[in-house]
Formats: sequence, C-alpha cells, structure tokens
Amino acid sequence: MYGVLHIINFAHGSILMLALYAGFFLFTLGGVDPYLAILILAPAFFAGGYLLQRYVIAPISFGKDTNVLLVTLGLAIIFDNLALYLWTSNTRTIDVKYAQVFVDVGVTAVALPKLVALGAAVLIGVLFWLLMTRTDAGKAIRAVSKERQGARIVGISVEHIFALSFGLGSAVVAIAACLLLPTFYVTPQVGNAFVLIAFTTVVLGGMGSFIGALLGGLFLGVVEAYSGLLLGESLGQIGIFLIFIVVLLFRPTGLFGQRA
Amino acid sequence: MAVLEVSNISKRFGGLLAVSEASLEAQAGRITALIGPNGAGKTTLFAIIAGFLPADAGSVRFDGREITGMAPHRICGLGLVRTFQIVQPFGALSVRENIAVGAHLHQRARGRALEAAEKVARQVGMEAQLDKPAQGLTIAGRKRLELARALATQPRLLLLDEVMAGLTPTEVNEIVAVIKSIRDAGVTVLLIEHVMQAVMSLSDDIYVLNQGRIIAHGGPRDIAADPQVVEAYLGRRKVHA
Amino acid sequence: MKKIFLIICIFFLVLPLFITSRFWLGFWTTTLFFALLGQSWNILGGYGGQVSFGHAVFFGTGAYVSAVLQVRFGLDAWTSAAIAVAAGALVGAFIGALSFRYGLRGSYFALVTLAFAEVFRVLVNAWDFTGSGFGMLVPMKPGAASLQFADRTWFYYAILLLVVLAYAITWRVERSRFGAYLLAIRENEDAARALGINAFRIKLAAITLSGAMAAVAGVFYIQYYLFVDSHVGYGPAMSVNALLAPLIGGAGTVLGPLIGAIALGSLAELTSALLGKQPGVNLLAYGVLLLVILRFLPNGLMGLLKRAPRGSS
Repeated sequence: MYGVLHIINFAHGSILMLALYAGFFLFTLGGVDPYLAILILAPAFFAGGYLLQRYVIAPISFGKDTNVLLVTLGLAIIFDNLALYLWTSNTRTIDVKYAQVFVDVGVTAVALPKLVALGAAVLIGVLFWLLMTRTDAGKAIRAVSKERQGARIVGISVEHIFALSFGLGSAVVAIAACLLLPTFYVTPQVGNAFVLIAFTTVVLGGMGSFIGALLGGLFLGVVEAYSGLLLGESLGQIGIFLIFIVVLLFRPTGLFGQRA
Repeated sequence: MAVLEVSNISKRFGGLLAVSEASLEAQAGRITALIGPNGAGKTTLFAIIAGFLPADAGSVRFDGREITGMAPHRICGLGLVRTFQIVQPFGALSVRENIAVGAHLHQRARGRALEAAEKVARQVGMEAQLDKPAQGLTIAGRKRLELARALATQPRLLLLDEVMAGLTPTEVNEIVAVIKSIRDAGVTVLLIEHVMQAVMSLSDDIYVLNQGRIIAHGGPRDIAADPQVVEAYLGRRKVHA
Repeated sequence: MKKIFLIICIFFLVLPLFITSRFWLGFWTTTLFFALLGQSWNILGGYGGQVSFGHAVFFGTGAYVSAVLQVRFGLDAWTSAAIAVAAGALVGAFIGALSFRYGLRGSYFALVTLAFAEVFRVLVNAWDFTGSGFGMLVPMKPGAASLQFADRTWFYYAILLLVVLAYAITWRVERSRFGAYLLAIRENEDAARALGINAFRIKLAAITLSGAMAAVAGVFYIQYYLFVDSHVGYGPAMSVNALLAPLIGGAGTVLGPLIGAIALGSLAELTSALLGKQPGVNLLAYGVLLLVILRFLPNGLMGLLKRAPRGSS
C-alpha cells in the first residue's frame, strides 16, 4: 500500500484487529476454521478496504499526504474504540487442534501455524509480483504510482486504482489475521503494536519491493527474537523501533527499494 | 571582476549529463540571459549556482568569493537570490506577509519588515493586492510575487527563472519594465527565459545552453544571427508568449 | 486581538467563583491542561508544519524527570520542575537535530516521533529506576514548597497561569521574525531557504520550545496526579491528545488549542451523559470529530470565526 501509492495507512493495525475479531467470531459462533475463513474474509475486507479508500479516505484528505496520515489516524481511533466499546478489552483466543502441532525443522521445532504463515507469506509475495507485472490491473497500479497525472490522461481512473490497492492491502491484512489467529490473541489494542512493525518492515525492505518486504519481515522477526533474548522481554521491543529510526534517518529507500 | 563567475560546472544525474563544463559571467549592473531549448539544463545550472544542488565539478564565484556547495540560505545572505520556475508562494499567507519573509533577511523587527514589504510591492506594481492571500493570485500575480519576495532580500544578484512563462503580452511588457527598473537600481540580473522578444529587448548579454553545454555567447544581435543557435531551437526564433 | 485575550483571561480568572462542585473544577483544570499540551504541539505542528505523532515523548520526559528527581534524589519540587522542563527541551533538540539534519519531513517525521516515544516508553517500563511496570509515585506532601496544593483550586490557577504564559509566548512568536520564518517553512521549505532562512535552525528552535512547553505540561501532570507510568507518560494516548486539540480548534492559531480543548472536553462529557461511562466512547467521538473537521473545516473551529485563511494548508 505504501510503496505503490505513498499512502501511509495508520489504520493498518486497526484493520488487522478488526480482521482478527472477524475471524474469532466466525470461529466461535460459526465454527469456521481460520484457514477456511480466509476465503470469506479476504474478499470481504477487499471490498471494505476499497469502499473505505474511495468513499471515506480520499474525499476527506483532498489528496494531500499528511492529511491522509491524519485521516487514517482518525479511522484507527474510531475502529479501536468501537471495538473497545462493543467487545470490551477482554483477551480472546481460539483453540485449534493443529496449533499444538510442532514440526521439526532440523534446528528447532516450530509450531505448524507459523510454518503455514511463512509459506503463505512467500506465496502471496509471488502472487503480488505476478499481479504487478503480468496483469493489466497491476500495470495500471504501477503507472499510477509513478505518474499520477499521466495515468489519468491515458484513461486510468486514479481513484479506482487507489481504492483497488487499498482493497488489496486490506485483503492481505485479513489473510494475515487468519494466519495469525491460531497462535495469537485478540484485543482491541492488538493492532497498535503492528502498525510500527509494519511500517518498519516496508521502510526497511524498501518501498515498492515485495522481496524487500518479505526479507524485511523475516529480518525484523529475527531482530525481535534476538533483542528479546539479549535485553530481556520488555526491552526487546526496542529493537524494532530503533531500526525504524535508523533506517529512516540513513536509508529512507530501504535495502531494496526504488528511489522514493 | 564579474559579479558572478561560473566556471566549468558539470552535473550528472545517473547516466544523464545534465550540465557539461558550463561557464558564464554576469557583469555588475547588467542583465544577462541564459536561453536554450527545453531540457537544456538551465534550471539545473541555476539550482547549482544558488546552492540547491551540488555540482560534480567546477566552481561558482560570487563577488570573487567561492560559493560552490554553500547552503542556499547562506548564499542568499551574501546577496544572491533565486526565484523558482514553478512558483512557490507561501499560500496561506497574504502577499504582504509573503514579501515580508524576504524583507526579514535584513529587518529583524516585524513592523519594519511589513513596511519594507509594502515598498517592494509598490515597486513591482502589486500594492493593490497586498492583503490578498497568495493562493488566490493568478499565475501572473504569483510570478510577480515571486519576484517581489526575492527583491525584498535586497540582493546584489537576482536569478530569475522563467518569470515570464505563462504571461500575456501585456503582462510580459509590464514585467520587462519592472526588471529594467531593478537593473537601474543597481541590481545585477541573470535570467532564464523562453519569451524571445523579452530576452532580446532586455538583455545586455546572452548565453545559449543546449544539452548541457554553452554553445554561444554574445549580444542579442549576434545570438539571433548565430546558425548554431537557430539550429538548436529547430528554427524557432520567436516563441509565443 | 488583545481585547479577546483579556476577556478570556478574565473569564477564566473568575470562573472558580461560580463553580461549586469538585467535578467541574477538575473538568476545567483538565481542559486547561490539554490546552497547554495542545499549544506545545501547535508550535511545532501548527505553525511549523512539522506534524508530530509522538508528542508524548516530551510530555513523558517532563513528568518522569520531575518524578525521578523528587523520589530518587530527594530534590525539591521546584528544582525538579525546572530540570524537567530543561530535559524536555533537550529531548526536543535531540530529536530535532537528528530528524532535521537528515531531512525528515511530513509523514516520515511524524512516524519517527512516534518511534522515539515508543522507545522511551519501553525504556522506562523496563528500568527499575523509573519504576518499571509500576510507574512512579510521588509522595503526597501538600504545600506550596512541594508544588502540591490541598485545595484543588490552587491547581486550577496554576495551570491557568501556565496557559496564559504559554499562549502569550505563542502570540509573540506569531508576530516575530521567528514566527514568520516558521510559517514560511511550513508553507514551502525550499522557497524559504532560497530567501535566506536557515530552515534547520528555525525548526530546531521550534521543536526545542515545543518540547519545553510539553514538559511543563508533564510537570503539572505529575504534581496534580502524583502518578505516572510508561503508558500514561509515553503512550500513544497522550500523543493523540496532544494533536487533537489544536487540529480541531485550529492549527497555526493562538487560540486554536484552547478552543479545541474546550470542544473535546465538552464532547467527552456529552458522550458520557448520552452513552454512559463505557471505555472508549469519548475517544470514539473524538475520532469522528477529527474526520468531520478534516473534511469540512480543515482550518479547525477557528476557521469558522476567521475569514482569512490561516492555519495549515
């Protein structure tokens, strides 16, 4: 979302939170397994994200970048507190049988869901790459990100493309939520931690680069684990924030990114 | 000694050599023009002179003093100020407040800066718009504001980047008169322009830049007759205003 | 303009005479507190155009330094306060020097301030010296010498005095060369540099002043509540509160943060009355109000009063 359209979506974490709740309720009320829930939630959040961008975010921000940041902040506040109001701050978790399954990967044992998540992340990365380079929609998105006015002139509806990208981003978030659900917990605040981590991943890996995002995510996961080991549980989180600051200061285009 | 001495400036952007060993001089109290087809590298050269871009090679001397690579605000403090090709008004401020920002370079007190701004506005013919918000001005108004703001810093050398682009012939004539009066007041002017009739009537000295290189230098009549220049412009001698 | 200030000052001066309940005294004290915090944000974000998402980093520093000095070192409240404000200014200068030196603008700058706030939050939460997860508790010692007042009315007048000072400073800044330069940088930083403005130095001065002012708010907070923890001091909630008041009231205007604080406080009471004291309701209302303002009144509520366009473009 950011790399292509330079939208800094502050509500990213909140959308994740909403998706987690959706998955949670689908499971507890409807008995739908999180992995199957992907089929329901991905399209739903795609549509939701599309509508949100097209009819809420775009009209309110008049197209200016810092305004978008503020608008998405407003949305994040609304989503977070709506969730708090409706569902209270009690932590919810779900219990699936395969969450307890551990797979031996030689060095250590990894919980199955995490392995699945890794595989899915790679798969999605590949899919997106194909989308961007092989399909018309993908080319349109890249055109808009490089040269907005020019794209408009050749007949591309910029508003539609923005909304499309936002929708795609939201769909991916929904998928991430479903992948996360088996091993994670759900509270209204859960999104907050992810916002900065998500930004750090993008900034580190480089705007507009999917490989970068993938590698960035992996790197950060390692950093978080190591800082947790070295500095103790509570200080461990600092690792990510410090990396964020350092990268922004010294290499804003990230490790693999194109020129901003 | 010339007020401005640009020697063998070169600038590369990746694979593109935007400016190649360009040299020029601006003599005190005269109007020097830098012309050339679109994309020739004129604005890049201006940006380098005024400190907004670092040069890859060469030097810039202002009043004999080496200013290559100096920060823009320091160069302005020394008396060299530039305007921008794409106008950059302080939108939410009024015309008076805009000009006052320039005036503040030499006037610390708010009241005095606002007074100086009024004077400059009168000088360029903008006093009727002093309290209008800058974002409400027409393109001609914004160009004039850009000029006024730069003038308020009491420069020795004024770099004007296409200050006449997009103006009607009447507006062009008005600006030409203003620029002449600025020159008469003792300010040296170096301008980039496409509006040929203005360039020919204003300039004492002309440099022609094509694809990053200076290909000609001389008075208006010499330049008009130079076959290389004609060729560079693909035969277009007069550009529509 | 001076007349309006005077009227407002008099209004707030005599207000306590008409208030009978502790509740409303607390309401106005808190409102004035947010007016102060908001003004600190306003100087950097409203006038300077550098939107900060982590203003809690300055606020929290003011509160924590003051608490630590009093509790761990036994310093008296007044000296601790002075040092805490200086610390806030220092943190401002540090973050500013780093961010502006490396040319961070717009959204990047906003996120970096948030990152810094988070770093500080995790640090004080992990460190026993700063109370780790339990926070810092300043012992209750009523009396002017320890900057605590048994009669809450004195706190009201204290925050009123601070607000008047802060707003007077902002008013003077608006009419000075520093203010003109700040606005120029906000509107168009490159054009400003071309006119001789040392953008780095001006922005650095703004963030230092902003940090000091936010730290003053932090000092008031700790003296008033006698408690701070990592979430309150450096958490996103206070950062969001810092920017809501000026944005809603009118960024880049002197009275904007005050009007915004009053609007937000009133809205909070309204939602409590209508929907009950559920957690999150008033913040929900704030979020909606923010979007409404951004859409219809981008210059904040002050935009309704003033015809000429002022405030962030």
